[in-house]
Amino acid sequence: MTEIMKNNKQKNQNQSRRQFVQQTAMATGAFLTVPMGVERMANVHGEQKLKLALVGCGGRGSGAAVQALTADENVELVAMADAFADRVDRSLKGIQEHFEGQKKIDVKEKNRFVGFDAYKKAIDLADVVILTTPPGFRPYHFEYAIANGKHVFMEKPVATDPVGIRMVLETAKIAKAKKLNVVVGLQRHYQSKYIDLKQRIDSGAIGQIRSGQVYWNDAGVWVKARQAGQSELEYQMRNWYYFNWLCGDHILEQHIHNIDVANWFIGDYPISAQGMGGRQVRNGKDHGEIFDHHFVEFTYANGAVIASQCRHIPGTMRRVDEVFQGTQGTVEIGKGEITNLNGESTYKYPSRDSEDPNPYQVEHDRLFASIRSGGVIADAENGAKSTLTAILGRMATYTGKKITFEEALNSELHLMPEEVTWNSTPPSLPDADGNYPIPTPGKTKMI
Amino acid sequence: MGSPKTEPGHFGDESPQHEVVVSDFWMGQYEVTWDFYNLFVSRELDANQNSKTSDSEVQIDVDAVSGATTPYVEMSFGMGVDNFPAICMTQLAAVKFCEWLSAMTGHFYRLPTEAEWEYACRAGTETAYHFGEDPSLLDEYAWYAENSNDKYQEVGTKKPNAWGLHDMHGNVAEWTLDQYVPTEYSSRKDGVKDPWVEGDKVYPKAVRGGSWMDSPSRLRSAARRPSTKQWKKRDPQIPKSKWWHTDAPFVGFRVVRPLITPSEEEQKKYWKYESIQ
Repeated sequence: MTEIMKNNKQKNQNQSRRQFVQQTAMATGAFLTVPMGVERMANVHGEQKLKLALVGCGGRGSGAAVQALTADENVELVAMADAFADRVDRSLKGIQEHFEGQKKIDVKEKNRFVGFDAYKKAIDLADVVILTTPPGFRPYHFEYAIANGKHVFMEKPVATDPVGIRMVLETAKIAKAKKLNVVVGLQRHYQSKYIDLKQRIDSGAIGQIRSGQVYWNDAGVWVKARQAGQSELEYQMRNWYYFNWLCGDHILEQHIHNIDVANWFIGDYPISAQGMGGRQVRNGKDHGEIFDHHFVEFTYANGAVIASQCRHIPGTMRRVDEVFQGTQGTVEIGKGEITNLNGESTYKYPSRDSEDPNPYQVEHDRLFASIRSGGVIADAENGAKSTLTAILGRMATYTGKKITFEEALNSELHLMPEEVTWNSTPPSLPDADGNYPIPTPGKTKMI
Repeated sequence: MGSPKTEPGHFGDESPQHEVVVSDFWMGQYEVTWDFYNLFVSRELDANQNSKTSDSEVQIDVDAVSGATTPYVEMSFGMGVDNFPAICMTQLAAVKFCEWLSAMTGHFYRLPTEAEWEYACRAGTETAYHFGEDPSLLDEYAWYAENSNDKYQEVGTKKPNAWGLHDMHGNVAEWTLDQYVPTEYSSRKDGVKDPWVEGDKVYPKAVRGGSWMDSPSRLRSAARRPSTKQWKKRDPQIPKSKWWHTDAPFVGFRVVRPLITPSEEEQKKYWKYESIQ
């Protein structure tokens, strides 16, 4: 390159560093009424076209629809449902743009359904359904889909309360009996590194797991501020992350991934939990009723104890990971490394996550391959029990009490209204100042 | 600019070598760190915008600058935040960071062009690396595949180049303003002034300097790398984020400030007011 500016350059060097440092210093219920009839042969689809419906048209649902359409040559998106028309429109546009006309997307105007009962109309038109609304609705949507003989991909978590969990567990049995495929979006089960390490742990690479730490510590997620003219129900539906009947708190919505890995690697569900949590930093009016941090000890029948921490506070240590200590060594999943009792590395997973198959795509590849071959993937029971584990953790931090898995499983806690219409009153309402009731350990009763 | 065919690791897009004239600029000594970048993501300091005067280099209000979304995934991938380089931002996000920084400070900042980046990296050298030809010396100057322990490292912990710039080779690869055009150099005349392939396509953009994941040849002063939409492969949402490359834990950036502040109209070009991504 030319040195034409060399003199100026040299002169500016010192100035540049000093100035730059100065400038950057700134920075420093419902029961099942499913007819248990003769299994319909329609569940097995050789080469015929599979019709897909998307229920819940947010970013994740739209992404899942793209993955489903990518997974199989002969699948067509035919129906969409959401509480809001603008979400349907935006989602359809995003999916169409992704494929640039390469995939069959035929969602006629009359098959774009809006409102709280829209899911039924969309599910009726499909062979395979994607359930990706806020999780509070999932038990009802899943029940309807299975009752009507549909294969399902549904996102985690699968409910927000124990009543919902029991619905999903019942529906899971019916799905199995009907040989319907159900994939739950706990994608670590479809991620090469996790599958590889799980096999090694099962073959004794670290002995028996005695303890572990699972983390989802990060800065937090999106917030949708209240808009003028919104009803309370519309506001909560738009800003759903911060309302428990819809979301279940971030220990459920996000940290379930890591808690589920603990269950998976230990091969069991905990017998009890105790913990603490609160909302120290994220406590504004648009932050609803959920905590910004939880720390829970889960105890398993074999005596293993898992420390689970999740935090949504900017500026604090970030870590999303799972680590387990066994009688003969340790596995750190983030690093993909197994070490012995002297801390020496005995195994390192050979590839980077970005070099491995995309687990979000693998979920759908496996789902559609199973549908085509007449197989049965049955993720719903684990999805429900891992969701319940996270609910158990939330119950422990909200109450400050030790709570057993059985108590949680049998709890009458029912955050989700039986039926929601645009005339419904949401279960949590703000006071005159716009603040919502916040769980208080030692006072809140939640069994 | 570019490299001779005889240079080990030379790639066709680095030919032919040619002379380029670049106007004066200052460049960040370090790659932009998470501590710094997160202020743009959180926008928690926006109320502290420096008050503008008619003499200020930029006349925009900080609340008019569009901001990156909060990611669902933890974007440092456990590699560290305090004094570690920010990664996984799209080029648009890096550009908007510059616009935000300009609004906050009253001084005009932007990404470097490829020409500026290479000029600054070389610091007057014409060798493969800014310290010479010998890749066995890289460990003194750069974090790369052989010494990074499979993660990025704190900025400024290796020796700088002759002009005091740290981590030009390695640590994180760095965004430039340019569209990546592999045949671009063959159309250039020696002495071309301030070349910039503005381009209107989201992909590919030119990334420079190599990263903690790369082998020595990708760290060379002349080495160019195109961005691709594969860098969003694992983004589970549709539409995929305009702001985050979930699969690019190797890409970051640093900022420059030209000595001569461009006009308001020109500033908008550098900040991609027309960009659709």
